[in-house]
Amino acid sequence: MDIQLTNINKHFGSVHANRDISMTLKSGQIVGILGENGAGKSTLMKILSGYQPADSGHIAIDGTPLKFGSPLKALEAGIGMLQQDPLDVASFTVLEDFIYGQPPARRTSGKAATALLRAQAERFGFHLPPDAPVASLSIGQRQQLEIVRLLALGVKALILDEPTTGISAEQKDILFGALRELATRDGMIVLLVSHKLEDVIALCDEVIVLRGGRLVGDRQMPATTHELVTLMFGQQLTTHERPKVALGEPDLKLDNVTLRTRRMHVDHFTLHPRRGEVIGFAGLDGSGQELILRACAGLEHPLSGTVSVRGKPMNGGRYRDFLAEGIVFCAAGRVEEGLIAGMTLTEHIALIGQGATIDWQASQARADAQIKHYNVRGTPQSEIQQLSGGNQQRFLMALLPDQPTVLVLEQPTRGLDVDSARYIWEQLLLRREQGASILFTSPDLDEVVQYSDRIVVCFAGRTTEIADASQVTIDELGRLIGGAF
Amino acid sequence: MNPELINILSSIIANATPLVIAGIGETISERSGVTNLSLDGSLQLSAMVGFAAALATGNILLGCFVGMLVGALIALIVVAGNIELRQDQVALGFVLTLLCADIAQFLGQDLSGERAITMPRVNVPLLADIPIIGPIFFQHTAIVYVSYALIFGVWWWMFHTRGGLALRASGDRPETAFARGTRVNRLRYFYTILGGALVGLGGAAFSLAIKPGWSNPPAMRGEGWIALAIVIFGGWHPFRVVLGAYLFAVLRALASAIQRSPDIDFPLVLLNLLPWLLMIGTLVLVSSGVVDRLLRLLPERAQKWTRNFLRSDPPTALGTRFDP
Repeated sequence: MDIQLTNINKHFGSVHANRDISMTLKSGQIVGILGENGAGKSTLMKILSGYQPADSGHIAIDGTPLKFGSPLKALEAGIGMLQQDPLDVASFTVLEDFIYGQPPARRTSGKAATALLRAQAERFGFHLPPDAPVASLSIGQRQQLEIVRLLALGVKALILDEPTTGISAEQKDILFGALRELATRDGMIVLLVSHKLEDVIALCDEVIVLRGGRLVGDRQMPATTHELVTLMFGQQLTTHERPKVALGEPDLKLDNVTLRTRRMHVDHFTLHPRRGEVIGFAGLDGSGQELILRACAGLEHPLSGTVSVRGKPMNGGRYRDFLAEGIVFCAAGRVEEGLIAGMTLTEHIALIGQGATIDWQASQARADAQIKHYNVRGTPQSEIQQLSGGNQQRFLMALLPDQPTVLVLEQPTRGLDVDSARYIWEQLLLRREQGASILFTSPDLDEVVQYSDRIVVCFAGRTTEIADASQVTIDELGRLIGGAF
Repeated sequence: MNPELINILSSIIANATPLVIAGIGETISERSGVTNLSLDGSLQLSAMVGFAAALATGNILLGCFVGMLVGALIALIVVAGNIELRQDQVALGFVLTLLCADIAQFLGQDLSGERAITMPRVNVPLLADIPIIGPIFFQHTAIVYVSYALIFGVWWWMFHTRGGLALRASGDRPETAFARGTRVNRLRYFYTILGGALVGLGGAAFSLAIKPGWSNPPAMRGEGWIALAIVIFGGWHPFRVVLGAYLFAVLRALASAIQRSPDIDFPLVLLNLLPWLLMIGTLVLVSSGVVDRLLRLLPERAQKWTRNFLRSDPPTALGTRFDP
């Protein structure tokens, strides 16, 4: 079976998520779809598997054009997708989930269904007790169940969206073994959507790279990590002049900090951001940089080591204690964590005010002033979700205290166009001149190199510091991000 | 066995029947993801209209049918208002329950005191003659047998058919249901209307069989709220819902027996509280880890059945809209 995609386009509002993407997929191949978050991988795969319609473009299977209206139609055509969070029903038993949704031609029930489930699970070494409730399975097992179920429906192309997130190393080995067998023995097309280079290198025959919604690279494996990173992030780094700021003493100090979550640990990390210094964190998503930033603002508590502000130990302190010291955190999820959907701009201003009662007139006046000052397109009465992403981010800037000591920012320009991003950085650099230190993450290497004095590169919880950001090369960054030290 | 005790047990079965039918109706509606909160008003209005229809035509079957129609219509307002007009299910149901109760009282004014016509008692051949069991379960009006059929029918449908899988998936994870080819909103219409019709039948069961006639204020006032509570107590499982309805009837019978007895002096208020306290206690026990730990000691096959039976989580997507 051949799947041919021609000139696929997809918009979400003003975001062009897929631009003229064309590719051909041949049976027996494991193809990796690589790209940073927001590169358009998931969108493309959802189009291919019928979960979303494309705005324009064609998909053909063995030359026959296809119009997908629903996941079910795609399944009938032999394309099945395993979602990142497997689409199953927690209250079902494994067997119930296995048989739910079988088209009439492929119905199995009772003993036959149990036997089929057992046979398929055994073939790949999956552990799937038919009577166990789905709620009791691990994410790895739920993926296995979805794979077995899709195979029983006769799929010939299997799409996996970030399947290695949240599963154990052992389950990953089992999964990869199964995928290899499906490609080589059954001649299936396997599409692995991932931002994890090591997975792609371990498994794929061919890699397709997306960046900013475009297909920017297509190459046969094997390829080195470095080559793939270059494809993902682009070749050129542009350097810009910035006003020099005299660096002061550090306010916030992280000494020998060890952080642990179920999936990630950062050991013995030390960082002393100085006044007026900008420190950028580079690394693939989930490499530990998020954890470190949250620890800087008291949102994550270190297992050992000390976090201190101006010599005062802050271990175990809550965010409000950090905030009192002038340390401000802005989350990547603007509307989810930073702002409150349904509340107006004035109400947001009132919320950060002091005192038990609200002076609405003063709040409104302040909202008005901030809107003008930060050039927000909106009125004091607008509800925050009515603003565009760029304006939301501007308003978030307006909510920051006037004299922060440390600004901790997760992806401060996520989803913004070039102009909005530049405006945000102008504002941030202004705070820096007033003596604030800035810590930020960004998936955009250009942004990291352009604005940072120092760069911290994270890979799987390990960190490497680049003391002078102006001297860094894409080569060096690429190697570090890919885990070569 | 003491004939008086048999009598009491038999009346418990009969008295619980409207609650059983309405509870089962609400169960399938909520399993599909729609809370029909209008139960109390719906029961009263369908009881009144059903009684009026039966009185006017002399046809009890027609009375039941009209009652079902009323219940189905009210449910239709809830589900259509939610799906098409994007209104909140709880708000719709709440308004409807107050509205329907008032309409029932207003329109039913002239009906109170009318000579009641009631369903005849039908003994089930053979089964009715079994000692003890026969008189308790099989010497009732036809509506009681309908409730038996509903209990097992709905249980079988939910857990032994593909249709049942689609029903449960729609309420638990509609995105999955959609991906597997289930038309979630169409299904919600179907089950909510069907559930509403059953609530209507429960209302008709009150006014035509269990407490025949109509009075102002209506005798079944408040029963709808009890039915809603029983669905939660029953963990959205038909057997447990039914068990809850019977348990409730037992406690009521007990309360009235104690009240009548000259030897026992027990405050009435506390007696009336008893069912609710018991319900809360059971819910706390079921949702605590204790039951889960005990479950793991059982063999795997038995676990599956008991887990379904002891489930205490509401359908995950209950009360939320689904846009495909």
